[in-house]
Amino acid sequence: MTRISDPRAITGRLFKWLFIGLVFVYLYLPMAVLVTNSFNKSKYGHNWAGFSLKWYQELFDNNAMMQAFGHSLLVAALAATAATLIGTLMALAIHRYRFPLKSATSSLLFVLMMSPDIVLAITFLIIFIALGIQLGFWSLLIAHITFCLPFVVITVYAQMKSLDPNILEAAQDLGASEARIFRVIILPLMAPAVLAGWLLSFTLSLDDVIISSFVTGPGFEILPIRVFSMVKVGVSPEVNALATLLLVLSLTLVAVTTWLIKRQKNQ
Amino acid sequence: MSSSSFLALKQITKRFDSHAVLYEFDLNIEDGEFFTILGPSGCGKTTVLRLIAGFEAPDEGKIVLDGTDISRLEAEKRPTNTVFQSYALFPHMTVFDNVAFGLKMAGVAKADIRSRVREALAVVQLTDFEQRKPHQLSGGQKQRVAIARAIVNQPKVLLLDESLSALDYKLRKQMQIELKRIQRQLGITFIYVTHDQEEALSMSDRVLVMNNGQPQQVGTPREIYESPRNLFVARFIGEINVFDATIIEARDDFQYLAQIHDKQWVIHANQRLEPGDKVHVLLRPEDLRIEYLEDANEADGMIGEVVESNYTGKTLDSVIRLDNGVTVQASEFFNEDDPDFAYKINQRVWVNWVHGWEHVIKADELS
Repeated sequence: MTRISDPRAITGRLFKWLFIGLVFVYLYLPMAVLVTNSFNKSKYGHNWAGFSLKWYQELFDNNAMMQAFGHSLLVAALAATAATLIGTLMALAIHRYRFPLKSATSSLLFVLMMSPDIVLAITFLIIFIALGIQLGFWSLLIAHITFCLPFVVITVYAQMKSLDPNILEAAQDLGASEARIFRVIILPLMAPAVLAGWLLSFTLSLDDVIISSFVTGPGFEILPIRVFSMVKVGVSPEVNALATLLLVLSLTLVAVTTWLIKRQKNQ
Repeated sequence: MSSSSFLALKQITKRFDSHAVLYEFDLNIEDGEFFTILGPSGCGKTTVLRLIAGFEAPDEGKIVLDGTDISRLEAEKRPTNTVFQSYALFPHMTVFDNVAFGLKMAGVAKADIRSRVREALAVVQLTDFEQRKPHQLSGGQKQRVAIARAIVNQPKVLLLDESLSALDYKLRKQMQIELKRIQRQLGITFIYVTHDQEEALSMSDRVLVMNNGQPQQVGTPREIYESPRNLFVARFIGEINVFDATIIEARDDFQYLAQIHDKQWVIHANQRLEPGDKVHVLLRPEDLRIEYLEDANEADGMIGEVVESNYTGKTLDSVIRLDNGVTVQASEFFNEDDPDFAYKINQRVWVNWVHGWEHVIKADELS
């Protein structure tokens, strides 16, 4: 590199940094404001009254909120687990076996994934009413499993397609039964994708508002709906504290996943 | 063929989407031989292998191995093992676990597994690699692991699907010798599928040449190379010059007088021919003799002109256009009398061959 700087190069570099800076501001400023405000003593976000953990204190003392948070985690964990189990088996079936309506099954998954939430929400509501299922925990869980399913199938299927089919034949050739092949070859090799599918489902379930608000009843409140109804009467700083906690939770999950996948690859 | 062969495919028909890849296909393989199935891609050779392994089921016909009909037996229960072209090692397992896989599936005791895996790795000379993962191995090492994994179960037949084609030239040569050694050491029947004729000739006890799902010829490498049964085999195995000829009259001891283009030649054929029969006279490039026009006797050979002459190290390969319009290829070894002989382009030459070295097939037998 020469030390003599071309003015055009300087301008170019300036624009590059300006552009990157704008992208970062646009993406992360709102989150930074939120996190900062969660530690703000003042109830109002536009002035800084000193560091405080009182909003966290209030959040933990808010029983209704904590209960909704617990419900949300429960539904997310159950829905993600169920969707992962069903979805992994579906991906396996679509990849490995021939059965009637196979292509219809995989195309319908895309339809499900692309459908606007509001359409799904109304569909679920109509079905639950028609079947006489009471709106509450079960209706919510069923709906969440359904909308998480395609994401799991697509994640796992993509990974399966990258698998050398000869590997499965080699296992069979060496005497492994179909069940053994699934347990010792497919599952370990699919683990990163299965985990990714679970985490994706967990996140999708945790932050769903539209479908949930249609299919849950007054007896079973979950966090996004609770927050949604709270902000109607003005944003409480408790929500900032809650959002910060959720942010930390999801960052941790992402970090753990990345680390697991990396470790698997390095092995 | 005798019905007592070790592995027999009897009247096998296999269709994919109503297209018959194999039709009433017969194959007999003896115990302990190195058998190669050779053919261009899409000729059905891999299908034959997959039928024997059990990855495909025949639509019609029977597969009998060592006296037992295995046609309907699942792949995991057949006493055959496969070495795949892509190696297909289990990426999440160590070399040891890869090789031990078949033994674990068979429920072999732990102590035995250890010693048998060690033995198999010793056979492929990969003893110190037990704890490596496949991605830490070179192509040649992966190949060895794949072989160890397939032989550890002591299969009755080892199936190798283009197993060396992913290796570079030098390593492939080395592995060819290794495979021969392993096969002699273990005494297992090897069935090797390839499209590489050089590989087929150098490793096999017997070769089957296939085309379009049909067997063309089965024989030793020498038979296949020196006495091809038809034009397909002749052309597929190495370079060959084909002269069209007509039989004029029969002499004694399978000697015939034949018209080749504008000249009459005495040719040798190991079958009965009648005057008027159309035949092909086949000559390998290395069987042709070339002389400078000024050195030759009037009676010798055909006259032509050198159009190309390439030095390959071992041989001088020339293309000669004969005055009758036919182009022939000649391959000559350097000899110590004249180590730097060469041809100029457009040089006039005589083309001849050692009489008796020609191979003659009837023209109506060609495929």
